[in-house]
Amino acid sequence: MIGSLDSKIPSGPLADKWANHKDHSRLVSPNNRRKFEIIVVGSGLAGGSAAATLGELGYHVKCFCYQDSPRRAHSIAAQGGINAAKNYQNDGDSVFRLFYDTIKGGDFRSREANVYRLAEVSNLIIDHCVEQGVPFAREYGGLLANRSFGGAQVSRTFYARGQTGQQLLLGAYQALCRQIAAGNVEMFPQTEMLDLVLIDGHAKGIVTRSLVSGRIESHSGDAVVLATGGYGNVFYLSTNARGCNVTATYRAYKKGALFANPCYTQIHPTCIPVSGENQSKLTLMSESLRNDGRVWVPKKPDDKRPPSQIPEAERDYYLERKYPSFGNLAPRDISSRSAKEVCDEGRGVGESGRGVYLDFADAIARVGENTIRERYGNLFHIYEKITGENAYERPMRIYPAVHYTMGGLWVDYNLMSNVPGLHVIGEANFSDHGANRLGASALMQGLADGYFVLPYTLPAYLAGQIGKRPATDHPEFRKAESDVQARTRKLLAINGKRSVDSFHRELGLLLWDKCGMARNAAGLSEALARIPALREEFWRDVRVPGDGEEFNQSLERAGRVADFLEFAELMCTDALSRDESCGGHFREEHQTPDGEALRDDEHFADVFAWEYQGNGSVAPPKLHREPLVFETVELTQRSYK
Amino acid sequence: MIVAITGVVLIAFVIGHLLGNLQIFLGPDWVNSYAEHLRALGPLLWAIRIFLLVNLLLHIFYTISLAIENRRARPVHYRKRDYVKATFASRYMAMSGLIVLAFILYHLAHFTVRVTDPRFLLLKADPLNRYDVYSMMVYGFQNIFVSAFYVLGMFLLALHLSHGTSSFFQSLGLNDEKLAPRLAVAGRLLAWLIFVGYTSIPVAVLLHLVKPAQQI
Amino acid sequence: MRFKLKVWRQKDPKAKGKLVEYEAIGVSPNTSFLEMLDVVNEGLVARGEEPIAFDSDCREGICGTCSLTINGEAHGPDHPGAACEVYMRRFKDGATIVVEPFRAKPFPLIKDLVVDRSALDRIVQAGGFVAARAGSAPEANSTLIPKHRADRAMEAAACIGCGACAAACPNASAMLFTAAKVSHLAFLPQGQPERTSRVLKMVTAMDAEGFGNCTNTYECEAVCPAEISASLIAKLNREYVIASLRRNAGE
Repeated sequence: MIGSLDSKIPSGPLADKWANHKDHSRLVSPNNRRKFEIIVVGSGLAGGSAAATLGELGYHVKCFCYQDSPRRAHSIAAQGGINAAKNYQNDGDSVFRLFYDTIKGGDFRSREANVYRLAEVSNLIIDHCVEQGVPFAREYGGLLANRSFGGAQVSRTFYARGQTGQQLLLGAYQALCRQIAAGNVEMFPQTEMLDLVLIDGHAKGIVTRSLVSGRIESHSGDAVVLATGGYGNVFYLSTNARGCNVTATYRAYKKGALFANPCYTQIHPTCIPVSGENQSKLTLMSESLRNDGRVWVPKKPDDKRPPSQIPEAERDYYLERKYPSFGNLAPRDISSRSAKEVCDEGRGVGESGRGVYLDFADAIARVGENTIRERYGNLFHIYEKITGENAYERPMRIYPAVHYTMGGLWVDYNLMSNVPGLHVIGEANFSDHGANRLGASALMQGLADGYFVLPYTLPAYLAGQIGKRPATDHPEFRKAESDVQARTRKLLAINGKRSVDSFHRELGLLLWDKCGMARNAAGLSEALARIPALREEFWRDVRVPGDGEEFNQSLERAGRVADFLEFAELMCTDALSRDESCGGHFREEHQTPDGEALRDDEHFADVFAWEYQGNGSVAPPKLHREPLVFETVELTQRSYK
Repeated sequence: MIVAITGVVLIAFVIGHLLGNLQIFLGPDWVNSYAEHLRALGPLLWAIRIFLLVNLLLHIFYTISLAIENRRARPVHYRKRDYVKATFASRYMAMSGLIVLAFILYHLAHFTVRVTDPRFLLLKADPLNRYDVYSMMVYGFQNIFVSAFYVLGMFLLALHLSHGTSSFFQSLGLNDEKLAPRLAVAGRLLAWLIFVGYTSIPVAVLLHLVKPAQQI
Repeated sequence: MRFKLKVWRQKDPKAKGKLVEYEAIGVSPNTSFLEMLDVVNEGLVARGEEPIAFDSDCREGICGTCSLTINGEAHGPDHPGAACEVYMRRFKDGATIVVEPFRAKPFPLIKDLVVDRSALDRIVQAGGFVAARAGSAPEANSTLIPKHRADRAMEAAACIGCGACAAACPNASAMLFTAAKVSHLAFLPQGQPERTSRVLKMVTAMDAEGFGNCTNTYECEAVCPAEISASLIAKLNREYVIASLRRNAGE
């Protein structure tokens, strides 16, 4: 049983908390570091940077990823940029302002202290990445360039073409490669974590399956770091990579780690609309497009004319109309919901009617096609490849898609979960984005955690753990291994009629419908009734060909979908329990007269952290609440008008 | 790299040799005196010959070992293969090179050692008592099969050089994004100029535009 | 649309592989190539056969996971772009499409169309980095980098590490991959201190993996999804020559 949640936020003024905390944290001396073995699961921005940095500090690190190379982690797909409070543009930015924008953007559902620390270390990240050779965009004078990005009134976003995530990840990957070559990091690609092993209540190892040979193995460590990303693929269609999954964090949850705020999911406003039922994923068009593109739909419902034949007077530039001061740059949750609204009114465009125009005609007239090509050429190219349409000539069609998940395993200020030794970083934790993440903040958080937070907070745990690493022949490992094997065998033995993907697709549609951009109690209750039935059918009728001791992609997916089928229930439970609207969680029952999200700070200004009690309706998860204390900012209604 | 450097030496020889040969159009006096001058170099001529031979052998040795390595780098072949950019010339360098080698051997036997054509023994010295290289060339090329093989050899040589010339710059790192397409064009141009230059001789002979200086 | 597929099936590294024919029927032109394979796999699973193993992850052309040779071209007919960015509208209705893995000795086959490309990781491990310790960096704007230099570095850094260059090269050479990383760091001031040792180590590692040699056919740049220019190979050669001379001069 878990008592009250201690977030371990240091005392003192907000701006001094992190410095004070570092000053008084316990350290591990250099000669002791090599005695520690740290398990890092995931090799994206958070995991890759953490593994590299811990290796550099002298710890022995074992890093795992399901991809065939750490360089392919899904952080690579982030396009837009990374925020930092450098104030290079002299436009009034500061650590405080970045902190404030981020906490306000998160609709006041995150911790002040965590967010402030994030803003504080943001500048170090830029310095470090430049030193690694990340080719950020530059001005002619050789200085770093910035652009403004969704939801900010200052230009604080650093970028590398439309490939910022890729370049930052390559920076971390190269640092990781250096540590691999130095022997400090042992890399396990194509290896998936299938269970967490607890010994005397401490996270001391994991059980993995090699995706190539199917071998089940145990790895013990002095601490376990999960950096396994988000659970957006629970929706089947999302902008996440095909392989992204919830398994690692969900397995940790089943071993006692609390899962916080799973209902906070981000729907990104600018994605290419769904075009057919075989579609396997959605493609994001960087939000930076909204700097120059204007979003509109026809004023009349069911207007099937081509966009060029709809006169100016019959177009509704709804974001500009509703949010005059932010216009097309309104935050993600708001622009996504607005798109859904106009489509629900029957004014959506494209064959499916689920799309809105993002029009560059004005920008092209203003700055010329060449400038637009220079800024977004690769995005226009991607768009043309996928849709076959030329966006220089006719407006792009865009529609929101699941993109990021703010919820994740609960962690304290030290990024450690309630399970001692289990640390969670990056998108996999819940800590910094509240109910909505601002653009260019995910890269910032992943790297902050990996380069500059965890390396300071992990020693505080390790210092008391010298010599406590168990051997992998410990009975707990044996038990976890046989559990994993039993589950694998069970999946293979069902031999039913339906494919894994068909279940996944069905689950995704259900969630998109009932727990997507807008939610209500009736819909969520319905989903909660249907998910167990679907799960039951899965375990009865799924067909997983092949066997366990080989490269078997159906088996990989089956395991992940099985976890999604349980996790979905947790997500809907959370969404139903949070009886307010905030950020990405929009409950239709709670809105202002003009359709904006209506928070209930009196009852819900806290973190919902769920404790596993057993599967589904047998024993519903137990809710723990961590009150959010706001000492510095005043809670206001978010207004981008 | 050795391939590139030896290659460029061989290209230089090919150009020099062509300029020498083209003197045929200036009449027997030019060619014969050019040949006499070459022979007069004595030991130096042999030094040049040995230098060229060493170059050739190095070029062949390294390209063949490269080709073997390259073959080993893909033990299982594609069942279907399509090329987007790689030219025919670039893909068949080893083949064109080996045929050119065969040509060179024949060519040396034909005109340098003169063992393939008994008529060459009947040739008299020219009026200045020099070996009549001019007439030897004309008689040599009057044989349509000899000319055809010569033209084929030159064709493959040009093919080889159309890739090899610009390749030299790339392999030695003397190339960049702007130069690359220009060098590629220049390389091809040079190769086909060489082809035209060399083939003009047998063609002129066969068309009787160039006639022997003596009868045998 | 309908297609006849000839797909390379090979159960494991030791098994003998062969092309197996499948039909893809009722395919929408807006389906991506990989989604078409997904549909074929659904059909195979329904018939109780093993689905075709193929690699993919982001499915938007950036992660470099997909590795198909389609009709003899690495990543298929739609250059520049990865296999995941090929859409069926690129093919003629009724066409026969041959699908094979990336083939090169340093890319050993795992199953069907999946190969092991860790050789590329090992090349980077040999020196494709800047030794920058977290926390030790100077203020980011303290080193100015002219825009055109930063742009060139970015062009080289855009490599997605898919290995198509080696797969397409008639000699299975990975020069373009290595050139991209060496050039990226050589263009930047931060990459200078290790510039000499980096190129020597990376080229040695590349050769040790068993890749073939560059004979300048430029097939690599034609199939590169990131449009890395083969002129960077000239730069790699240059860097290598200079580094070798420097090393021999005892620097």
